[in-house]
Amino acid sequence: MRRSTLSGIAVMPGLAVAIYPGTDPLEYPGPAWSPYLVGSLIGLLSMATFYFSAKPLGASSAYAALAGMLGRSVAPKHTESLKYFDENPPVVGWGLMLLLGTVVGAFLAAWTGNELTGQWLSPMWVARFGDDSLSLRLVVALVGGLFMAFGARLAGGCTSGHGISGTLQLSVGSWIAVICFFIGGIATAMVMFRV
Amino acid sequence: MAPESHSLTHSDSRSADNSRGNREHPLKPQRFSNQLLLGVLFGVIFGFLLQKGGVAKYHVLIGALLLEDFTVVKVMLSAIIVGCVGIFCLHSFNLVKLHIKPTRYAANVIGGLLFGIGFGLLGYCPGTGAAALGQGNWDVLSGIVGLLLGSYLFAEVSGLISQTINTWGERGKLTLPDLIRTKRTPFLLVWVPVLIVVLFAVDRFTTR
Repeated sequence: MRRSTLSGIAVMPGLAVAIYPGTDPLEYPGPAWSPYLVGSLIGLLSMATFYFSAKPLGASSAYAALAGMLGRSVAPKHTESLKYFDENPPVVGWGLMLLLGTVVGAFLAAWTGNELTGQWLSPMWVARFGDDSLSLRLVVALVGGLFMAFGARLAGGCTSGHGISGTLQLSVGSWIAVICFFIGGIATAMVMFRV
Repeated sequence: MAPESHSLTHSDSRSADNSRGNREHPLKPQRFSNQLLLGVLFGVIFGFLLQKGGVAKYHVLIGALLLEDFTVVKVMLSAIIVGCVGIFCLHSFNLVKLHIKPTRYAANVIGGLLFGIGFGLLGYCPGTGAAALGQGNWDVLSGIVGLLLGSYLFAEVSGLISQTINTWGERGKLTLPDLIRTKRTPFLLVWVPVLIVVLFAVDRFTTR
């Protein structure tokens, strides 16, 4: 459905929400494969990582390891004095390899599926913030990444570590964390795109 | 907070290794580098699946947070259902150890909300961000710098946090069946069908 140039109004349960033209996510291509197939295969992959590597799938701690290694090369004494890095020595380990593999795997998937983008701004971002908004995007992404990593370390994991690996093991903390991920994320995205 | 050290103790547990025999680590002397290679292999599969599942795309992830695109929910719920049944089956045959993170109410809630704000701003999470980079969404590079800064910033205050927020409502490895004082198996016999019904409902009432 094409929307006119004027912001339309969609009525969500009980509240009116502005929709800027081009910011309907369903106007853009969805997943190449069925999400149920992909999710089930990720479930099988979790079983494999538990069995072969005795590790749950997780992504965020690899960024902390990378940050620790960078920090150690700049300020070795200070970095090693920090409690987190003392308990989790930053090394090139399984988690960091998993993260690097993720980049490669996604490249292969996008390449084989003709979905390589090579773009600085996603069309939905451009529709909302304009095509001259690169510096805004970079600042928002940087601040977002900062909040996200801090939050992940405080909560003890991310959408993979808590959201999949933790919830599937019925961990109470993981279910609480993933619900809070979505509460914070929904509020932020609504403010950015629907206010 | 220490998943790494946690799993080290697990893989060092002799009995578990012996029971699994040589099938798992045919090249025992090179087991360490083997694990790094396995990590890459699992990562490639993970990234491939994330991209094919559409969750390396900015509009799919933001669409999830706008409650308009339910791809993320469908992927996550399917993974949770299959992984939950599979891993508890493996566990009941003593083939895997569990890796349950500690429940800390305050840290889970505060950290979770901060994470969520960051998720909305960046539009990718740590795993799907790596997948977004592989797909060619270069804006995530700035987010990765932010993720590194945020991780280091947390380490800066980790001493303080361990004495404050982490102690508020600390409950250890608490699971849902513990919470309602049931055994795991009967809990799963209800829980898994509930998740499946939720997934069917999501499928029935959403466009994507």
